Amino acid sequence: MAYDYEKHIRAGKLPHIWCPGCGHGIAMKGLIRALDTCGLEKNNTAIVSGIGCASRLPGYMDYNTLHTAHGRAAAFATGVKMSKPEMNVIVVGGDGDGTAIGGNHFIHACRRNIDMTYVILNNYIYGMTGGQFSPCTPTGHKASTTVYGNPDPIFDISKLAIGAGATFVARTTAFHATQIDKLIAEGIKHKGMAIIEVLDDCPTTYGRRNKFRSVVDMMKRLKEIAVPVAAASKMTAEQLEGKVLTGVLYKEDKPEYTEQYAQVIERAKGA
Amino acid sequence: MAKKVALLQGNTACAYGALYAGCNFFGGYPITPSTEVAEVLSEELPKIGGKFIQMEDEIGAMASVIGASLTGQKALTATSGPGVSLKQELIGYACIAETPCVIINVMRGGPSTGMPTGPGQSDVQQAKWGTHGDHPVIALVPASCQEIFSETVRAFNLAEKYRMPVQVLYDEIVGHMRERIEFPEPGELEVIDREAPSCSPEDYKPFDPSNGDVPPLAAFGSEYRFHVTGLNKAADGFPTTKAELVDAEQRRQLRKIDANIADIESYEEYQTDDAEVVIFAYGSTSRSARYAVNELRKEGVKAGLFRPITLWPFPEKRVAELAQQAKAIIVPELNLGQMNLEVERVAKGACEIIGIHRVDGEPINPGQIMAQVKEVV
Repeated sequence: MAYDYEKHIRAGKLPHIWCPGCGHGIAMKGLIRALDTCGLEKNNTAIVSGIGCASRLPGYMDYNTLHTAHGRAAAFATGVKMSKPEMNVIVVGGDGDGTAIGGNHFIHACRRNIDMTYVILNNYIYGMTGGQFSPCTPTGHKASTTVYGNPDPIFDISKLAIGAGATFVARTTAFHATQIDKLIAEGIKHKGMAIIEVLDDCPTTYGRRNKFRSVVDMMKRLKEIAVPVAAASKMTAEQLEGKVLTGVLYKEDKPEYTEQYAQVIERAKGA
Repeated sequence: MAKKVALLQGNTACAYGALYAGCNFFGGYPITPSTEVAEVLSEELPKIGGKFIQMEDEIGAMASVIGASLTGQKALTATSGPGVSLKQELIGYACIAETPCVIINVMRGGPSTGMPTGPGQSDVQQAKWGTHGDHPVIALVPASCQEIFSETVRAFNLAEKYRMPVQVLYDEIVGHMRERIEFPEPGELEVIDREAPSCSPEDYKPFDPSNGDVPPLAAFGSEYRFHVTGLNKAADGFPTTKAELVDAEQRRQLRKIDANIADIESYEEYQTDDAEVVIFAYGSTSRSARYAVNELRKEGVKAGLFRPITLWPFPEKRVAELAQQAKAIIVPELNLGQMNLEVERVAKGACEIIGIHRVDGEPINPGQIMAQVKEVV
């Protein structure tokens, strides 16, 4: 299928700021293909982000775009969606932005099941500030602030989202480029909070420090660790050691927040 | 026809003032002593199709307010000291992104958790300096329930007119006091809506200074698509590090205040014409000061009251004039000396500045003020 990429971007704002080999561009193309597939009206769609490399993405998109403060994207997006429930709201951000400084907003947006699509690009590191460890940097790995190896356990973002109440949770990787757009498109069509975690690479600040000799090595790793949900059901615990499940991990129909609030308005008017 | 009257608490008056101004979004988080503002609006907003959301924290509440405002809503939040400390991050965002919104701060004792149910006036400097960077500030300090109503309306008007956050600060005493309120008829108080762009969507630049210091603001979801960021930005809203653009942008934002002082400034003077001692007081403290002036005048003491209603921008010109006229300016405050610094700054040594400070959770009473004035004369 041919996609109209030009229609969705602000060509004048390119080139982007991302380093050679960064997976964010792959994810952005996936988002564009999803938007193209879903045919969302540009005027009626907002793309919201926080701070970090991934959060620069909205600036390149020809939509209503809101580049907020560090970690706050989901809360700004909640204000937009509550005010205009008819708008499509998409959030884009990184692992540190979404699950460290923005963790509280992230879990409560999931809990409310407010209708938005949150694409979280998990590159295991704070890239923009030069490679400090994030809640997703694997234990033992090196970052600029864990030169002796990271002592912290990690967040599994998708599990966190499911536990917090998101009603559509999916995961893929920057290697699985075509799956990115399919999952985002499915998330957009889902009524409620949709989290799409994209495992990504940061060759500049994570790869270098952790013995990935090239971007190709990082991409190979993403390919190797990914196990589709269906395949995983036939694998043993031993075989699944060190792997991550990809595909739609969770899906449920539950009342959506702005629809619930519309009922509050009806009750208040009738009172 | 007689006006509708009611006996209302200050916080309730604030909520009704917001509704009068056209507020249709409230994002908040429970905190004493401001919670009644949220409670009333949670009940009233959905009746008119407005939105109320209780967010997960104070920062989230401020974020939701800015998000709502960018879709064209008139958005409000209400909090107190610890909450406003958390909100500073995004008050700065609302400044740089020039997003109209109103923040109510019902002041209690501090720092930190302090005295949640006791009054304080210790956030008055924070209102100006609390968020980092240079930015315009408007802060209003009503002193009665009726005035909380009207100043909340004015706060929305100033926010919309100048495209910026406006803070309304009143101490717990005023917030929890009950007084008779006359509800203004629709149209009686001015209600201002932000200027919408008139250019074509293709030509729209959300921070274009070419037609004045307050560029029109479009709404997300309209035919205008635009970009908003907390980075220093050019006229088109996109980040820039070009020195001359960054400089011009910040100076333009401050000019929104500096060039419109007459429109924003508001104060009340009582018996100041021949006053030898002027009391500079705001909020609940100004009520004690007015009582003190009346008593002192009965005793033949020429005392007067200067009461700022707009605290920031500070009424520099008039306070400087009064400093020339008076022997002393007395500054009673429920803090350990905040606005007296500003009075000292503008008085430039023309008269003595004497602070009366109290942070024990009790109000400053007229007797305290009278004793200080008598000491001067």
